[in-house]
Amino acid sequence: MRLLKLIPDNTNIGFVRLRGWAFGLTALLTVIAVIAVAARGLNFGVDFVGGLSIEARFDRPPPLDQLRTEIDRLGIGSASLQQFGDKRIVSIRLPVPKGADEGATNAEVKNVQNTVKAAFPAVTFGKTDTVSGKVSEELTFWGIVAVLLAVFAIAMFGWVRFEWQFGLSTFVAIMHDVLMTLGFFAVTQLEFDLTIVAAVLTIVGYSINDKIVIDDRIRENMRKYRQMDMRGIIDMSVNETLPRTVMTSLTILIALTALLVFGGHVLRGLSLAMILGVVVGTYSSIYVSSSLLISLGLKPQPLAAPKVKASAERMPTEGL
Amino acid sequence: MLDFPRWKRVWICFVLACGVLLAIPSLIGETQAKRFGVGFLPRINLGLDLSGGSHILLEADTADVTKARLAAMEDTIKSEMRRNEIEIGETSTANGRLTFFVRNVAQVDAAVDKARAQTHGIGATGQRDWDVTVVDSNRVVLTPTKAGIDAFINEAMTGAVDVVRKRIDAMGTREPTIVRQGSDRILVEVPGFDNPAQLKALIGKTAKLEFKLVDMEADQAQVAQGRAPVGSQVLHYENGAPIAVQRRVIISGTQLTKAQQAYGQNNDPTVSITFNGEGARRFGRVTQDNVGKPFAIILDNVVLSAPRINEPILGGSAQISGNFTVESAQSLAIALQSGALPVALKVVEERTVGPQLGADSIRAGVLASSIAAVGIILFMLVTYGRYGVYADIAVVLNIFIILAVMAIFNGTLTLPGIAGFVLTIGTAVDANVLINERIREERRRGRNVVQSVELGYKEASRTIFEANATHAISGIVMLLMGTGPIKGFAVVLLIGIATSVFTAVTFTRMMVAGYIRRCRPTDLNI
Repeated sequence: MRLLKLIPDNTNIGFVRLRGWAFGLTALLTVIAVIAVAARGLNFGVDFVGGLSIEARFDRPPPLDQLRTEIDRLGIGSASLQQFGDKRIVSIRLPVPKGADEGATNAEVKNVQNTVKAAFPAVTFGKTDTVSGKVSEELTFWGIVAVLLAVFAIAMFGWVRFEWQFGLSTFVAIMHDVLMTLGFFAVTQLEFDLTIVAAVLTIVGYSINDKIVIDDRIRENMRKYRQMDMRGIIDMSVNETLPRTVMTSLTILIALTALLVFGGHVLRGLSLAMILGVVVGTYSSIYVSSSLLISLGLKPQPLAAPKVKASAERMPTEGL
Repeated sequence: MLDFPRWKRVWICFVLACGVLLAIPSLIGETQAKRFGVGFLPRINLGLDLSGGSHILLEADTADVTKARLAAMEDTIKSEMRRNEIEIGETSTANGRLTFFVRNVAQVDAAVDKARAQTHGIGATGQRDWDVTVVDSNRVVLTPTKAGIDAFINEAMTGAVDVVRKRIDAMGTREPTIVRQGSDRILVEVPGFDNPAQLKALIGKTAKLEFKLVDMEADQAQVAQGRAPVGSQVLHYENGAPIAVQRRVIISGTQLTKAQQAYGQNNDPTVSITFNGEGARRFGRVTQDNVGKPFAIILDNVVLSAPRINEPILGGSAQISGNFTVESAQSLAIALQSGALPVALKVVEERTVGPQLGADSIRAGVLASSIAAVGIILFMLVTYGRYGVYADIAVVLNIFIILAVMAIFNGTLTLPGIAGFVLTIGTAVDANVLINERIREERRRGRNVVQSVELGYKEASRTIFEANATHAISGIVMLLMGTGPIKGFAVVLLIGIATSVFTAVTFTRMMVAGYIRRCRPTDLNI
């Protein structure tokens, strides 16, 4: 049987040569992401801003304007309506009633549901979330802490297991990935809720995974070819790991695409964020973290000056 | 490296077989598991987003706890000083501390001693729950200490969890989860229940029931302005109308033995209550002395009704009528029966998922996982041939083992958990990709079959370890910091990382080793 080989043997793409261009592209995208987040902001779900959210499922796509007018007539604040991939499902978001106790919130949910049901008798309600301002502040705080802590912990790991340059370059690359994801959510205005934080953390995990594989190979080659210059080593390492990079991103993309298409609307944001993260994470492994190693002045150590630190690490045994 | 002694192979197969067997009860569901006689085996629970149900986070009003303790201490001090014939002036509970004057300066020391005797030590440190000090030579001040306040809240919360549990159990819902969260919160999760309003009405009600005599001497004009004579207080009816009642409690909800929904004279829903012996005697005595006067039935400081005592009530039972529906009378009965909440609880977060959406999510999740698995299996097959098949078997086994581990720990599978599952399938094959690519590479460099395989596993294992370790770091952070959906996702991710090392590295190595020993291939079709 002839097996599929996505990347031919002995592929040698001059990744490092394109470094300048890639740097420009990265800078441009980063600026766009920052501007998008700053100017448009994120479309935070009730998890982060508090409020109540009612998910309504209609028998056919409802006229949003009419729906909005119906709810606005209740005079309980302006409703924000959002359709998922399936146009029949609408998420209705409202602020929590002022100074509310449970009774008022209950009544408000019932009120909205009855109003919508009167106008569209075939509607059913999938889920209802009510999050108070205090809880949403905590969720926001812990969400930010979680992402930062994960990135720092992983960068520390890179530093301890490798050299400080690896830790720093990985840190920068991951921050880039997180920023790109935020930028994507700012541009598309997809709802940003707790599950997206999980997605961001997974992107961090995946992206680091990808970088460690390449970093590991760079370290191995630095020890094997002590006379080679850093550009050569990075090109060689990226090319050697390219079949794996392509295979793994493809398998994960297969899994995520299945999730996006068949996983139902609740998981849509999560899958979309992760698909983006896989693409961005793979790109940043080559053009942010690896390229940065050159700028940070990492060089193979000549044999004459053996490093004290290196001896403490696990050395791959040469040859057999 | 390629040596696998028999005991090792037996051991690996045994672990895998256990994994598959333990996963089965979760896959076939409760009813089927019972039918095949394996109902006793642990199963994975479905999260609320999959089973449908209500998730309610309650927060205690902690200021309320301290206030109640201050009031209780005020009563104790008053009676204690009276008992010891220490004359004291008006007490005050302003600014979160209890202050009183001792009229006779000579008695100040005795008063402090008596007050101190009412405080308690907390834990091993021996710190008291109240600080007793003297200011301006004759003013005694009792301030609750930080440790004291924490202890009061802790006590109240423990009681509150009990009361909430009793109330939910009384509703007959199945398998509710009621856990304390942090110092002042209670998380309630009730699967398969889609009437959150009733649930909240039930657990959010303090249900402090008191019977007090109405103060007939109070000046109605004063009462309307919210002022009551000494020894009385102004309360309000449900419609907001004020009424003056005596502060002294005739009888309270703590003395009732039974509460149930009943029907009154006009067939309107009421709650009938029965007091214990002591309560009944006291109630009988007070009603005997006050025939013709009204008394107020007060629930959570709201006057439900103020019926006139037509004759002494000696049987120890009474009926509470108000603006009840059958449903609200039932929940009040349950609330009274379970006792009052020691602290008022407020809903700060509520999530309800309808059973229909839950079922849809399960279907979508299973479909997505299956398609992802089939896609990846085919892809690995066409890329790595025989070695792809080994990886595929490893992936399938891994799915079973993740389910088994979750079942053993009684884990909960949520919708984000399913996403974690799909992602784990994707990343688990990464280990095999790393290994197989490395074998290809070594082969290209001209090493022989055995060397290539050995080196491939060895070199790739280091990378896999490092990659998994970092992946696990982000998983652990999610588990520690995350709430709800993030946690469910992290649990599956972490289990998947751990089990995939076993299936994707150890298991496939055993398969490859077996194949090489059996067939002694001269070339690797990889």
